[in-house]
Amino acid sequence: MAEKNQSNGSAENNRVKAQTDDLHDTLVGRGNRDGAQLFRDWFEELNHTAETGGQSAYVFVMGSFNEILKTFDLPVVFPEINSLQTAVRRVSHEFLSEAEDYGYSPDICGYVKADVAVQLRGGDHPMGKIPKPSLAVYTNACNTYIKWAEIWERMYKIPVFTIDVPGSRDVHDNSAPGERHFENDRRYVEAQIHELIKLCEKVTGKKFDIDKLREIMGHANDISVSWKRILELNQNRPSLFNALTDGTIYLGVANGFRGEEAGGRYFKELVEEMEYKAKHGIGAITEEKYRLVFVGVPCYPIFRRFNEMFSEWGGTFIHSTYLWFASGGANCGFEYDLKNPIASLAEGTLLSVRDAMDSMFHQERAVENMMKDFSVDGVIYHPIKSCRTVSTGLADGRRYLTDKHDIATLFLESDMMDRRVVSEAQMKNRIDAFFEGLASRRRHKETV
Amino acid sequence: MAYSAGVDVGSTQTKAVIIDEDGAIVSRALIDTGANVVMAAQNSFNMAREDAGIGEQEIEYVIGTGYGRYRVTFGNAQVTEISCHGRGAVKMFPKTRTVVDMGGQDTKAIRVSPTGEILDFCMNDKCAAGTGRFLGAAAAALDIPLEELGPTALKHQHAIRISTTCTVFAESEVLSWLGKGKKIEDILWGVHQSMATRSAALLRRVGIEEEVTFTGGVTKNIGMVQALEDRLELKVNVSNDSHYMGALGAALFAMDHIFESRRSPQESVEK
Repeated sequence: MAEKNQSNGSAENNRVKAQTDDLHDTLVGRGNRDGAQLFRDWFEELNHTAETGGQSAYVFVMGSFNEILKTFDLPVVFPEINSLQTAVRRVSHEFLSEAEDYGYSPDICGYVKADVAVQLRGGDHPMGKIPKPSLAVYTNACNTYIKWAEIWERMYKIPVFTIDVPGSRDVHDNSAPGERHFENDRRYVEAQIHELIKLCEKVTGKKFDIDKLREIMGHANDISVSWKRILELNQNRPSLFNALTDGTIYLGVANGFRGEEAGGRYFKELVEEMEYKAKHGIGAITEEKYRLVFVGVPCYPIFRRFNEMFSEWGGTFIHSTYLWFASGGANCGFEYDLKNPIASLAEGTLLSVRDAMDSMFHQERAVENMMKDFSVDGVIYHPIKSCRTVSTGLADGRRYLTDKHDIATLFLESDMMDRRVVSEAQMKNRIDAFFEGLASRRRHKETV
Repeated sequence: MAYSAGVDVGSTQTKAVIIDEDGAIVSRALIDTGANVVMAAQNSFNMAREDAGIGEQEIEYVIGTGYGRYRVTFGNAQVTEISCHGRGAVKMFPKTRTVVDMGGQDTKAIRVSPTGEILDFCMNDKCAAGTGRFLGAAAAALDIPLEELGPTALKHQHAIRISTTCTVFAESEVLSWLGKGKKIEDILWGVHQSMATRSAALLRRVGIEEEVTFTGGVTKNIGMVQALEDRLELKVNVSNDSHYMGALGAALFAMDHIFESRRSPQESVEK
């Protein structure tokens, strides 16, 4: 009897194991695989739009208004993402030089210059052809957005539309929904959304369909709610995904597919993957020794190598401010009220874009929040030459943090686009020294 | 008696130090790095060893440091010069809390704990302004041997302000002052002040806490020591071995390893 039971038990164990193995193969790494495929699909669609002379909207990651633009069937182009792709594919220097030869200063935003070169090339980009814009929509979250859009306005004589999103009035006291200041701001944003709708009707010749907007906002809700959950899940030990490498793939989908069914589905499945990994103790790296937070924009010219210089020491990025601000504040997990779509879109925009701005300008608060929940061993600050908007204040933020907390930090200066100011040898020296310090700090704490 | 060695392969010069179990320096060697980094490391190590009359087998552990640390092919491990300068400085001057290291291509500000642990550090970025190269450019422009730079600068009467922060442009600025008939010692003092100002800015970023120890090749320049003390308004620790501080720190880390392996052989191998 015992033998029989044992045999049955063994068969059951094997079956469970086989199911687990199947699940493992299906789930682990799915987010990266599917994310890469969605990315290719997106750029194929853009290529098709360009080839057939279709309309498109140029937008930015901090307040894209995908919800409105997709209601009018406008494919969205994120020039920031196009530009960083040239760096990841190691050709950004060609694009930067072209824009500089045209007359743009070496000292301005590398994203702008790479995009200018794409436009000068008639939309030719390593991932396919980028369509010309029919209109551009942007918020004031980055001051460069405004001057950048003016370039397209001059090049293509298209309408450019600024949505002015009031930022935090006070670093310690943001107004909340229901409060007088907030409601004033919300109405201000809502009025601008109504103007944007009129402009889209004019540009596309289509009538606004509020039910279609509701459907799109429902898909956007799926992304926001899942994104918040995914970020929280990385509190797990070991961390489930690398905030710098894997996180950037997720961000691309979060931006490009916001408001699409495929985007919502992708993020629900990503939650499933992360929950599975958490349950089975599957970490982002084999041996997680140091849990790090990244502050700033990634070093795209040596994207993989940059991360390797940390992972070689057992360091992994469990969180980053980039995952907050470059998702346009989707980390807040704001859920639109589909009964009042436009008012709710205004409220969500206000909360999310304001949060994105705060994640850049008051990064010390963002990092302190991360430190509370994520068991952080060190914080890496990455100021970049070609973006003062995101880099100004990092040195002060770092000083504030180290004065207030016993936390190791590293200040690494390079760029998000320009290899000419990325010195790998110097970077490695600093990173090695940082980890030597972390190791001795840990030894000292263990001794005490 | 066990010995350990540290080999500091810098951008300009390579230094080797051998220490005994008490941490005392047994011998030291210094050569120009040149183009063959592997040979420079090996030659400096051999020179130090021969000087002390110690066989290769007697040196139980060797650590490479400096930019060429991975080219110390006979070494057992590598540690950055940031950690090594901190460790060496605290060994030589135990009350050290801040280290300023001026080498051929970079200047570092390092804040250390009483045990030599690195608390914070900061370096010049992608530019050799304020480093040994800056002095080298001035020496070339003025046609003065490096070792005479400091003593000459200290003879100044009316300092000239060198406004540029670029090593290459500094050379042309020096020549333009010469063309205006300014005295060499006054120009040179301006060069030293410019470097001290840049170093002080780096030190402020990590926080200046006394005592401050000055390390690296530029410590040989008495003018630089003076300029730094003037700028910081405090005395800085300097010794004849300050140039070897990185190699000393590496040798001390190597000796730690020897002691650890005696205490716990297996754990030491795993580390």
